[in-house]
Amino acid sequence: MPTQLESDVQTSEDAFRTEVRQFLATNFPDELKGTGNMMAGLDGPTDENPVQKKWREAVGGRGWGTPTWPKEYGGGGLTKGQARIIEHEFAKVGAYNPIGGMGVMMFGPTLLEYGDERQKLEHIPPICRGEIRWCQGYSEPNAGSDLANLQTFAVDKGDHYLINGQKTWTSGGQWADKCFAIVRTDRSDKHKGISFMLIDMDAPGVEVRPITMISGTSPFCETFFTDVKVPKENLVGKEGQGWTIGKRLLQHERTNISGGGRLAGMMGQSLGDIAKKYCETGGDGALVNKVLRDKIADLEIRWNSFLLTARRAVEESKAQGGVSEISSVLKKVGTKLAQDRSELLIEIRGFQGLGWEGDEFGNDELEDVRGWLFGKAATIYGGSTEVQNNIIAKRVLGMLDHQ
Amino acid sequence: MAVLSEEQEMLRNMARDWATKESPVSEFRKVRAAGQPQAYNADAYAAMAEMGWVGIIIPEAHGGSDFGFLSAGLVIEELGKTLTASPLVATIIAASAILLGGSDAQKAKWLPRLASGETVATLAVDEGAHCDPSAIETSVSGGKLTGKKAFVHEAHGASLFVVAAKDGLYLVEKGDGVSLTTRKLTDQRSHADIQFAGAAAEKLEGGGDSLLGDVLDRARVLSVAEMLGMAQAVFDTTLDYLKQRVQFNQVLATFQALQHRMADLFADLTQMRSAVEAGLQAVDSGFGVARAATIAKAEANRVLHAISNQGIQLHGGIGMTDEFNVGFYLKRARVLEASWGSSSYLRDRFARLSGY
Ligand SMILES: Cc1cc2nc3c(=O)[nH]c(=O)nc-3n(C[C@H](O)[C@H](O)[C@H](O)COP(=O)(O)OP(=O)(O)OC[C@H]3O[C@@H](n4cnc5c(N)ncnc54)[C@H](O)[C@@H]3O)c2cc1C
Repeated sequence: MPTQLESDVQTSEDAFRTEVRQFLATNFPDELKGTGNMMAGLDGPTDENPVQKKWREAVGGRGWGTPTWPKEYGGGGLTKGQARIIEHEFAKVGAYNPIGGMGVMMFGPTLLEYGDERQKLEHIPPICRGEIRWCQGYSEPNAGSDLANLQTFAVDKGDHYLINGQKTWTSGGQWADKCFAIVRTDRSDKHKGISFMLIDMDAPGVEVRPITMISGTSPFCETFFTDVKVPKENLVGKEGQGWTIGKRLLQHERTNISGGGRLAGMMGQSLGDIAKKYCETGGDGALVNKVLRDKIADLEIRWNSFLLTARRAVEESKAQGGVSEISSVLKKVGTKLAQDRSELLIEIRGFQGLGWEGDEFGNDELEDVRGWLFGKAATIYGGSTEVQNNIIAKRVLGMLDHQ
Repeated sequence: MAVLSEEQEMLRNMARDWATKESPVSEFRKVRAAGQPQAYNADAYAAMAEMGWVGIIIPEAHGGSDFGFLSAGLVIEELGKTLTASPLVATIIAASAILLGGSDAQKAKWLPRLASGETVATLAVDEGAHCDPSAIETSVSGGKLTGKKAFVHEAHGASLFVVAAKDGLYLVEKGDGVSLTTRKLTDQRSHADIQFAGAAAEKLEGGGDSLLGDVLDRARVLSVAEMLGMAQAVFDTTLDYLKQRVQFNQVLATFQALQHRMADLFADLTQMRSAVEAGLQAVDSGFGVARAATIAKAEANRVLHAISNQGIQLHGGIGMTDEFNVGFYLKRARVLEASWGSSSYLRDRFARLSGY
């Protein structure tokens, strides 16, 4: 027998589910079924057509793209349970969430925690409506894994800062409206000399040069700042608090990269099924090449236990009310398995799986080649695998806290 | 660790407590030194039965405690950590066969005896050195079972055998027509080849065509719980050792090469735990058992293999000594890896289940 409270929750969830279904029936256009969110695209934005725009406005207007964010800043003000209902119901009819990007994944949650009231009112609602694109100004030529070594400098000029320096690997920098950046305000202290600032990408003195990646696309840039004026109200938190705030943002980034769901989506079709199309099978339907078959099974078994691990991380953190210890391994394991899968896909397809361009290749084949190349980045950004290993060894296993 | 109910947590804590206090690895050393073929301490096994562990998957109506497979796994894991030698896993596997395939009369006769610890039972399937349920020659005619079973676990202590014949599973009691030849394996536990020469056999008529496969899957998920405990113990011991041992004027734990290796093993162990718990939960829910059990055993084999090897390597010379425990885990690990499906067997099975 459910308790009164449980049955009240049930009733209100049922009512909400009905509301979501009605919303989808009214607002989601059939022609967008199964298409993706272009704000999350690796190749940059394509021009939004009027149908897509209308869908974005419908979802953004209710704050349902950022369902658990507070209503007063344009979020949905909903519970996690209701957010899950939205996710399920959208998925059921093949509808995508049109609100996304770094503003949603990393910057928004951080600003909600550290921003002042005026900053939140200015920046959060446009993120909820999907109107503003954000990019991340962290890495520099000499500040990668050792991020705190950053040198881009902001001089205090009374009512504003004057910024000079260079960022690099800025994903989406060429399409972004604004940049959340960590810059140096004090050279005397490596960590406490860092501040978190918001920079307009069209401010005079900001110059962006796209970099071509091994996958042939140019999703990231070098970003140069020459005497760029940043008003004081664009400092988040206090001067010198940037390292703390910046690291918090990285936590959101990692959670997003390793969120089982996203990687699960990346894995797509079973490799065994794909292999049956490219390689000989026997009378029993089994692959004739037993060595290849064995490799596929090995990978898929490990992938399955990764999905189980991602699920366990969620269940544990729900039960304990904190981040589960196992979340520390999700990024490193998930990204490695995704890379292994791409490599195996090439072995399965042979030369047909190495196409660069041309009509003789299927779209899926070409996409998987680019994905294989782009996928190499996943073990580098968001804290490389080696950096993850350092973190696990030190923080989880206590390998320096001894004696 | 899966999210546990209060009851399960109590059970786990009790098992942990008992294993550390009453059954540390030094107890296994005593069993080994005693050199008895049955290779376990009967008093310790009686205590386990007393605590309700042998009857852990057996319904209360048949004298069990009916906690289910995940709970069984929790207890077995704790016992695996200290290498507790006992026929607990073997008997629970046999009980699962009777539960799935036994008639009401068979259940009423045997399950209470298993739960109370009075009867030790074990599953006898393979006839050679590999897991191969498709190559069974043992046959039954007129209620008499004839054939040879190889490397049967806990055969010496068992008085009841669940035996796979060509046409299904049979119950055979130790006695006329049953003769054992001891096979000493590296783990120094009880194993024997068994010759059945017209031994009286009673069929398990229930459970349908998939009975043998279903029982093997239960054997897998129970065995991997023991393997999980072993992997966790070797990992913990190794980590402690690295934090103490000084070379080059620093503790070994400060060397990045070793930190990264431990981070990798930690990730592997995390994967193994997820797969093992999901296997046990699948049996409890009755959903997707074959696949979950295959994944669980394949992951357990892979990870315990790696951890048991690294456990020796990272201890250096002391890891090679009989006086140090880590070698015991290596030897038991390989025996369990070979039980109910080696890694290659399981990958083949996974591919078959997935239709390629
Ligand atoms: C596709 C892509 C998109 C990106 N997008 C952004 C973005 O939008 N904004 C942004 O600010 N940055 C971005 N980055 C940058 C990314 O965060 C850095 O590449 C990353 O932090 C690594 O720094 P690095 O490239 O300087 O490599 P390095 O730090 O020089 O590392 C080189 C190698 O050494 C290893 N290494 C480094 N330190 C250690 C250590 N202590 N112990 C052991 N091994 C170590 C690394 O793991 C790596 O294998 C992006 C990168 C990529 C590839």
